[in-house]
Amino acid sequence: MVKKIETSVGYNGSVIDFYKVPPRFTEWHRFRRVFLSRKIVLFGMVILVLLIFTAAFANFLAPYDPYIPDMSNSLLPPTAKHLLGTDIFGRDTLSRLIYGSRTALAVGFISVAIASVIGISLGIVAGYYGGIADILIMRAIDTLMPFPMIVLALLVAGLLGGGIHNVIVALSIATIPPYTRVTHGLALSIKENDYILAQRSMGSGHLRIMLRHILPNAFPPIIVLITMMLGSLILAEAGLSFLGIGIEPPGAAWGAMVNDGYKYLQDSPVLSFAPGLAIMLVVFAFNMVGDGLRDALDPRLRGLL
Amino acid sequence: MTAFIIRRLLHGLVVLILVTILIFFAMRLLPGDPLLIYLAQRSQALQDLPPEVIEQLRHEYGLDKPLPVQYINWLSGIFRGDLGDSYFYRQSVGNLLRERFPITVYLGILALIISIIVGISAGMLAAIRRGKWLDNVVTPLTYLGVTIPIFWLGILMIYIFGLKLQILPIAGFTSPFVDFSLSTRQLIMPVICESIFGIASNARQMRSSMLEVIRQDYIRTAWSKGLGERVVIFKHAIKNSLIPVITLIGMGVSFIFGGSVLVETVFAIPGVGRLFVSGIFNHDYLVVQGITMVMAVVVLLVNLIVDISYGWLDPRIRYG
Repeated sequence: MVKKIETSVGYNGSVIDFYKVPPRFTEWHRFRRVFLSRKIVLFGMVILVLLIFTAAFANFLAPYDPYIPDMSNSLLPPTAKHLLGTDIFGRDTLSRLIYGSRTALAVGFISVAIASVIGISLGIVAGYYGGIADILIMRAIDTLMPFPMIVLALLVAGLLGGGIHNVIVALSIATIPPYTRVTHGLALSIKENDYILAQRSMGSGHLRIMLRHILPNAFPPIIVLITMMLGSLILAEAGLSFLGIGIEPPGAAWGAMVNDGYKYLQDSPVLSFAPGLAIMLVVFAFNMVGDGLRDALDPRLRGLL
Repeated sequence: MTAFIIRRLLHGLVVLILVTILIFFAMRLLPGDPLLIYLAQRSQALQDLPPEVIEQLRHEYGLDKPLPVQYINWLSGIFRGDLGDSYFYRQSVGNLLRERFPITVYLGILALIISIIVGISAGMLAAIRRGKWLDNVVTPLTYLGVTIPIFWLGILMIYIFGLKLQILPIAGFTSPFVDFSLSTRQLIMPVICESIFGIASNARQMRSSMLEVIRQDYIRTAWSKGLGERVVIFKHAIKNSLIPVITLIGMGVSFIFGGSVLVETVFAIPGVGRLFVSGIFNHDYLVVQGITMVMAVVVLLVNLIVDISYGWLDPRIRYG
């Protein structure tokens, strides 16, 4: 902000104000200009803001209770009263869709938080120390790679016994490898810089260097990866809940709603179509925002992330 | 080149061993005694066996030996094709896989071929007609292709082509050797679902690497020599643009296996994807173990082949 630093009086008595003027064009301006330059990125951003708003205020926004069955209103078609109709138990589809955003976001954000913290730490340690730590960590990650993500997640969730907590654990384990691989590569190149050598010569500890110097420099690609992974996680969670693993009934999850609606496809296709469209829109929004972040933070990443 | 291949093979072997260890111990981490779970699944009455008999059985199955010994026994069993028995289907897991794996592989290979051919051509066309209507149609579609939930796409297609237009059978699988035309019509929708992600990601990668390549000096030289578009694109540009796309094929196999779990459930196809899901729900652990193992090994082998062919296509990589 423009701050007044001094006021003096000119020779003819006029008052002259001196201002501290911030630089016209900062890194933040450049970031904002590139990030907002594509309409589709803006669209994604709007969808995400709406999604977070919907999840936060689901109890105010939902027109009906999403859980209480009302058998007299079973399988109603879309009307002004029930915009997206009702399911077999007479529950309002729109309300369940609104509550389902909570499941999607909760699973997405918590799994990303767990997987990214573990994956990034492993990647930095492997890349920075090299040697035996590198071999052990990267071989462990290679071991997770050949498993298709949804198969690994199903396996872990199935072994642990379903439920939303176990889905979060399963998806976190299944998504550690990309974080580790990306940070590993970044740490390998960042540690060759002279400023890291300078830190060493000044007596900084390894932990300090990893946290204060390597991590911040690796941050732009990581933030892009995290945004993209949020989309994949919501897609994977939808797949798992479609198969019947995840939140227990009567809880609402979009994937499970697609599956429930599948049984009544002939009578009421909207039951399946609406939640699927919601999944697609949200995943699309995360990917677009990820794309925009990548172009704004580091265009060299194009084609890599 | 030979050194490169040997290094890759050794690396693949190490990861293969680690994968088997992971699968073995994941199954052993199950809450409860594997023998008791097995007996309880076999028959209710067996649960009330006296402890001495259980000890006897434990000895017979080798479950009283230390874990590393059990692992070696289990692994040597796999090499003899013995993956244990499914308690739910009352037959050996090996037999179940022999029956169902070909179905998944048949679908998967079709999906892989389509995703490679369609994806690469779409990406190529979008790149050489950058900014024109073709690019403006293809590129947004590739963004949708990587975001669409495939189980939902399947249901959408079933509704449109199966229920409304009634031009395709809604679900099921028939062997192509029994009734080829029915089999093919039943396969159209599942194969589209399984290949959509691959098509979109191959097209995106192909477009961006092609755009990179056609900026290079040697392409400008080719143009300035007066070569026609066909020669420039097909003889000079494509080969180099393909290199980054090939790495995606290894991942593509992994996505197709993952997709088969969902697609086979939607279309009621009796392959290993559906078997895997029912195995999870029936607690049929040996089936789950066997399928996970086979899928991981196939993905690993395909990636190994891709890595080696990658080094062959691009000699710079061998020395990397």
